[in-house]
Amino acid sequence: MSVPLKFHYIVSGGDFTSAGNASVQAKKALRQLGFDPETIRRVSIAMYEGEINMVIHADGGTADIIVYPDYIEIILADKGPGIPDVELAMQAGYSTAPDNIRSLGFGAGMGLPNMKRYTDDMQIDTVVGEGTTITMRVNT
Amino acid sequence: MTVQELKEKLGLRELCLPEPDREVVTGYAGDLLSWVMGRAPADAAWVTIMSNVNIVAVAMLRDVAAVIVAEGAEVGEDVIARAAEQGINLLASDKSAYTLCVEIARSI
Ligand SMILES: Nc1ncnc2c1ncn2[C@@H]1O[C@H](COP(=O)(O)OP(=O)(O)OP(=O)(O)O)[C@@H](O)[C@H]1O
Ligand SMILES: [Mg+2]
Repeated sequence: MSVPLKFHYIVSGGDFTSAGNASVQAKKALRQLGFDPETIRRVSIAMYEGEINMVIHADGGTADIIVYPDYIEIILADKGPGIPDVELAMQAGYSTAPDNIRSLGFGAGMGLPNMKRYTDDMQIDTVVGEGTTITMRVNT
Repeated sequence: MTVQELKEKLGLRELCLPEPDREVVTGYAGDLLSWVMGRAPADAAWVTIMSNVNIVAVAMLRDVAAVIVAEGAEVGEDVIARAAEQGINLLASDKSAYTLCVEIARSI
């Protein structure tokens, strides 16, 4: 009956000064909707890591948050290089981040593991040379 | 202990203190942002030598009570402005991360 609430954000690539802005906006929106702090934290962490990955590894993309009656869906889509070996990329500590990005505090290889850990479901659809879409679900 | 009280007790420099009455319940030290994102407890005083603008988003999303930039690392005006905008308490000190954590532990 009721249409799910949707929030759409554009994430620009390579722009580290505004990296995380979409996640900050989404967090504020979820706060206004009255979600509990733990749910908001989980969505914030998962979305932030995905957002940063699009900035660093994929020259930007889009982030969508869809609020369903009993879960929140986070969809991060980019047209970047894709992930050749998803299993390897999911390993804690694996990172291809270059040195200039590591010096900003990124590149621990913990982003994808954090996304998995803080969500109830995570799907990675990726095609090398075409892009990556990550769909996550946090039960509410 | 509140952030304001911690600031006075440890002699921290105030860069931006929009929420001085926030309660500090624990501490956390870390410089790798996605490590901090995954592990820092809520309402912690987060000690780091990272001082670029990305610490503000992490602090906001992770709900830390305050960020303390240690070891005299320089914090740019853009970072301070962003923290003010996001309501993040931002403090600085010349002390090492170790010393700050010891002092936080003794204070709270
Ligand atoms: N959207 C993406 N497009 C292409 N490659 C990606 C994308 N997201 C992740 N990767 C690849 O997966 C690796 C692991 O990602 P993960 O987020 O776990 O670590 P990181 O981004 O390198 O470091 P951290 O997230 O800890 O700052 C990346 O180094 C990169 O090679
Ligand atoms: Mg990452």
